[in-house]
Amino acid sequence: MGKLARLIGRAVNYSVSILQISKPVLGIETSCDETGVALLRWDRENPGRGLLSHELFSQVRLHAEYGGVVPELASRDHVRKLLPLVRKALADAGLGLSDLGGVAYTAGPGLVGALLVGGAAARAMAWALGIPAIGVHHMEGHLLAPLLEDDPPEPPFVALLVSGGHSMLVEVQGIGSYRILGDTLDDAAGEAFDKTAKMMGLPYPGGPALAKLAEQGRSGVYKFTRPMTDRPGFDFSFSGLKTQVLMAWKASDGSDQARADIARGFEEAIVDTLAIKCRRALAATGAGRLVIAGGVGANRRLRAQLAEAGAADGFRVYFPRLEFCTDNGAMIALAGAIRLAAGQHDDTLVVQPRWSLETLTAA
Amino acid sequence: MKILAIETSTEACSVALVHGEEILARSELAPRRHGELVLPMADSLLAEAGMSRQALEGIAVGRGPGAFTGVRLAISLAQGMAMALDLPVVTVSSLQALAMEEDAGSDDILAVIDARMGEVYAAAYRRGADGLPESLSDEWVGPPASLTVPPGGPWSVVGTGWATYAAQLRERIGSVAAHDGACYPQARNVALLALPAFRAGKGVSAEHALPVYLRDKVALTLAEQGKH
Repeated sequence: MGKLARLIGRAVNYSVSILQISKPVLGIETSCDETGVALLRWDRENPGRGLLSHELFSQVRLHAEYGGVVPELASRDHVRKLLPLVRKALADAGLGLSDLGGVAYTAGPGLVGALLVGGAAARAMAWALGIPAIGVHHMEGHLLAPLLEDDPPEPPFVALLVSGGHSMLVEVQGIGSYRILGDTLDDAAGEAFDKTAKMMGLPYPGGPALAKLAEQGRSGVYKFTRPMTDRPGFDFSFSGLKTQVLMAWKASDGSDQARADIARGFEEAIVDTLAIKCRRALAATGAGRLVIAGGVGANRRLRAQLAEAGAADGFRVYFPRLEFCTDNGAMIALAGAIRLAAGQHDDTLVVQPRWSLETLTAA
Repeated sequence: MKILAIETSTEACSVALVHGEEILARSELAPRRHGELVLPMADSLLAEAGMSRQALEGIAVGRGPGAFTGVRLAISLAQGMAMALDLPVVTVSSLQALAMEEDAGSDDILAVIDARMGEVYAAAYRRGADGLPESLSDEWVGPPASLTVPPGGPWSVVGTGWATYAAQLRERIGSVAAHDGACYPQARNVALLALPAFRAGKGVSAEHALPVYLRDKVALTLAEQGKH
């Protein structure tokens, strides 16, 4: 990873925290409905090797009863789960808090109450230990998560961020240097999956269930539009597709086969749309590398189709392991460790529910 | 004892430091800025006392009821500090801390915090021999017109609930001896209320310091929405 190492190496040269960078960084993620904690010792030659432990608690069952994430309940659960997870992560790594060199936490974007829980605990720990703390951009965490794998991608690359909250194409020119190529105008891809599943009577969170159902569906029985692929640009819009599916479902005989066929048609439309935009973005930037991040990155059809597109067009596709596609503490520890190693930190607990990736500065 | 206390459950953001016989405190009415203020306040108190963080022996925290986000902020900060410094935590009722703001000299005190959504958090106290308010009732959340007070009074009413609902509260309370609708729970009083528990070794470990919200029904399940 020559170029990435050089980029980071340059940043580290003027670092005041050379001694601290060899110490582990605690990463805390509480932006939505997963409590994630990780310990990572920054290893610029192989970031994945520096991951010492990571813990996750998913609140998905708590929110299922409500048909969606209830922000207040999410915040309440983070308060109960965070410290036990930190203790577990420390125990797994055989470390104590006094071994830490810094603390990183998700400062946004996300649910404001949930962000504050992780942010307050993180900053208080750093304050008590007399070590630096840094607020990390959640999406930067997702963008950098593939660096935790063997043979990580080097910038510049294009990243497709697809989750329940986001559908974005981002050009990563270097760490901290991001250009948003395209964004969703309405629903995120994962949100479209969940809402469509709900319309067809699948329990929350329906996205993965819908994808499973699509396996039993027949290709071509239902053909939905590929939104916004008939015009230039990289933006997405999935809200109209959802309406088309609803009409098809209402007009169908309501049988299991119809449901599976519609699910298949829907999934193909989403995946085709994402793949078309990815190919366009790679052609436009000449990046040669595509990184997939976010929960929808776990979708099998998407993975297969993007791998095929890469083989046809001559770009390489990088997928983080499934547990690092969805929200996790490891990606926050990583993004924080890189910035701390570059001598960056901040001194105030401020969370930003809305925060553009493009406002970040280079590490 | 050397205790740091945090209270951010209402519009007031406050931090106090007990060292020896002395209590130093900072307090500011700063809605939505509590997150930025607490740690700098703690630093300035420690500097004034010439004390290091490592010299602290416990963390006291106002655990609510109050604004959900504010209550969680204080608790999360207290949890983080206590875990990192390996200190015990004593959680204190924000209503009881509010009752200590009573300065008209009445013995029977009703602490009432505006809980928004047409409701109040309330609890009744009687000043004990040591000057600290002792509970006469459970803590309660509900519409002011449904408040019931225990036998006692006349009542000295303190807190923002009075500022918003004086007329409804007066009807429910009967005899009002005094009132102050512009006072808030303060970290200084959280510290004073926590001291006996610290002396008795009743602090808990960081992860067991948890909020008390009182309002626990915050969303309808699918079944309750009739969608099941």
